[in-house]
Amino acid sequence: MSHREPSELAREAGAKLREVLAAGPLNPKDRMAIPAQEMPVQDHVDRRGNMNEVALGYTPEQARLEAMRCLQCRNKPCVAGCPVAIDIPAFLKAVADGDPRAAIDIIRRNSLLPAVCGRVCPQESQCQEPCTVGKALKNVDKAVSIGRIERFAADMEAAAGTPDVPEVKPETGRRVAVIGSGPASITVAADVRREGHAVTVFEAFHKPGGVLLYGIPEFRLPKSIVEREIAALKAMGVVIRTNFVVGRTRKLSDLVSKDGFDAVFVGTGAGLPKFMGIPGENLVGVFSANEFLTRSNLMRAFDRARADTPICNCRKVAVLGGGNVAMDAARTAVRLGADEVHLVYRRTEAEMPARIEEVGHAKEEGVVFHTLVNAKRFLGDSYGCVRHMECLRYELGEPDNSGRRRPVEIPGSEFMMDLDTVIVAIGNESNPLIRQTTPGLGFNKWGNIVADDDGRTSLPNVFAGGDIVLGAATVILAMGQGRKAAQAINSMLAAAPKT
Amino acid sequence: MENSNTVLFRKELAPDVYQIRVHAPLIASERRPGQFVIVQVDSDFGERVPLTIADADPAEGSITLVVQAVGKTTHRLADIPVGEGIANLLGPLGTPTHIERFGRVVCVGGGIGVAPLHPIAKAMKEAGNHVTTIIGARNQSLLIFVEEMSRISDEVIICTDDGSAGRKALVTHPLKELCETAPKPDCVVAIGPPVMMKFCAETTRPYGVHTIVSLNTIMVDGTGMCGGCRVTVGNETKFVCVDGPEFDGHKVDFDNMMQRLGAYRKHEASAHEQCHLDMEASRLEERRRADGK
Repeated sequence: MSHREPSELAREAGAKLREVLAAGPLNPKDRMAIPAQEMPVQDHVDRRGNMNEVALGYTPEQARLEAMRCLQCRNKPCVAGCPVAIDIPAFLKAVADGDPRAAIDIIRRNSLLPAVCGRVCPQESQCQEPCTVGKALKNVDKAVSIGRIERFAADMEAAAGTPDVPEVKPETGRRVAVIGSGPASITVAADVRREGHAVTVFEAFHKPGGVLLYGIPEFRLPKSIVEREIAALKAMGVVIRTNFVVGRTRKLSDLVSKDGFDAVFVGTGAGLPKFMGIPGENLVGVFSANEFLTRSNLMRAFDRARADTPICNCRKVAVLGGGNVAMDAARTAVRLGADEVHLVYRRTEAEMPARIEEVGHAKEEGVVFHTLVNAKRFLGDSYGCVRHMECLRYELGEPDNSGRRRPVEIPGSEFMMDLDTVIVAIGNESNPLIRQTTPGLGFNKWGNIVADDDGRTSLPNVFAGGDIVLGAATVILAMGQGRKAAQAINSMLAAAPKT
Repeated sequence: MENSNTVLFRKELAPDVYQIRVHAPLIASERRPGQFVIVQVDSDFGERVPLTIADADPAEGSITLVVQAVGKTTHRLADIPVGEGIANLLGPLGTPTHIERFGRVVCVGGGIGVAPLHPIAKAMKEAGNHVTTIIGARNQSLLIFVEEMSRISDEVIICTDDGSAGRKALVTHPLKELCETAPKPDCVVAIGPPVMMKFCAETTRPYGVHTIVSLNTIMVDGTGMCGGCRVTVGNETKFVCVDGPEFDGHKVDFDNMMQRLGAYRKHEASAHEQCHLDMEASRLEERRRADGK
């Protein structure tokens, strides 16, 4: 894909918008004829050397044009595709009419984190997947770019200055503890605080934000956006206690029985990296994606001159996995100056769970994709450092339980790759800390907390949501669960009078 | 109750080895022997370093840490004056030591490993065990916690490499003798440099004496999230931060662990050197200012 200058995209969009506006009211055919707006991005050579955000965001003209492509169809398939059911046609209409402020108000009725979700949601498999425009053009890539427009509206709001602090009802005297500070927890904290309940967020790290901070790199989600969301919580009166790991610093049950919290929400995420259990995986130079990304993102090891936390001088890197985390790790390795970055995935590109945009960006940045390949073992040198990876080739067999065709190894297809760094990005298991220290809390066989649709767990007054319930999922699903749990907490507190 | 992380007391125990007491009531009341904390001296660019808790006083709301200034972060930590706070302190982390009445317990501490051994030996004694403590150091000036350990042990054996105090021997010599003497130990707890723990485990292996070691590996979060601390124990991958820090010494792959500990040695060496240059520069600056007056 050739890189197009943002200025050129802006100029084209400006001209087209004038033309469209001059032509008068649009019929569906006119809307379909508006060209899909390309996201302006940093040049792919330049961006290999910096951590700045890659996607630069639509210009106002581009956003209006893209929003005008929406047919405002009556059955709204996009809304059904959105895990939190944002009224998408309504906010698109507001942007098309040149009123992004109205758009953001519509989005905020259902979503608390539009600037985040506009950037990190897998829209092509959610709201944009069933879009009528994409269906009519027989190409999901030609669907209305709902996520980019959402991001535009959120960024316009931020650019206009500090948003109003959401209204907080008079203090109720009730107290709610929120464990973790990722997307599910941020949502619960805001929604519960709005009802006038005192909220304390407990975060184990020294900075709040959870996976938004330590996991997703700056080039995909600028940290200033996460900081803004946290600042908004604090402005509402939410108390955030960092360096506090519930289960160890204080037991969950003590929060209820000794510290007087009326309800607890557990949103601790999926925090235990999976390894493959193959020979050599503990050699020096083999990392979990969590470790590699945390060093770079939270600990700022990317800034080698200033950060005390080191990160490896990787030259030839293999990243194992095909999700967003794998893409983030591969693209971080590129930015750290690796000569070669190889992405190894045992299925085909069609089965990759990563967002299409991230796959495209990774390729543009020079990441080499090896599909239908998997690691068999790692071999090291006399210093215990990884030097080679023996791989096996795979082919797709019958569909498995997930509906995806099962990769089957081809006997005798072994081959070697030379490398000095391996990053394992094959997912996370749930963190055992709360499980080990909270008797009575129900977990399933994968270690996830068992919760009903409203986030209720087996313990009274204890709710849970996000990846600790779902397994590894997405920001928007975590947020959706947070919304429901917050509602359940609020109604529980409203129903039970303060004693 | 909140941890202020204020340094309440600070003392140099041996060259470059500091004992610091920190106001952290939450940690002081929850911690158990064998647990550790993560310390960070600068929120933006600092490194997160695991340190084992040497003692705690729930009444005062304080914990005691023993720090060997071996790198930039530990130097800066050891330099924090009384009354000032540590930027970030997280804990207590890790699975507490399994304490029970084994019978005869031998506690082996090497270098600053004696500090984290102290609460374990104390708990073993309180559980009704006969506790023999072996303390090892390169020379007399590097011996720490001798008095504290003497108070809680039935017997203390001191070893130095140069014979400047106690026996001129490695800790493995008296350990071997104890294993050969009836009644032989029921349990050994060894904490110190990796190579010492490795050879303690090798020493007790032929006698089939259960040997616990406490590992101090490289960590980022300390709560199971990064996996940087993983070690091979009995051919299985374990996380020191949540599965440990204590493991069966006969099953730990020490060679792999030592290689992993060295992963950033070059980086650490240059950061350490730069840190010394900075400290020297500030000393010179101070002297220049003093001379100017």
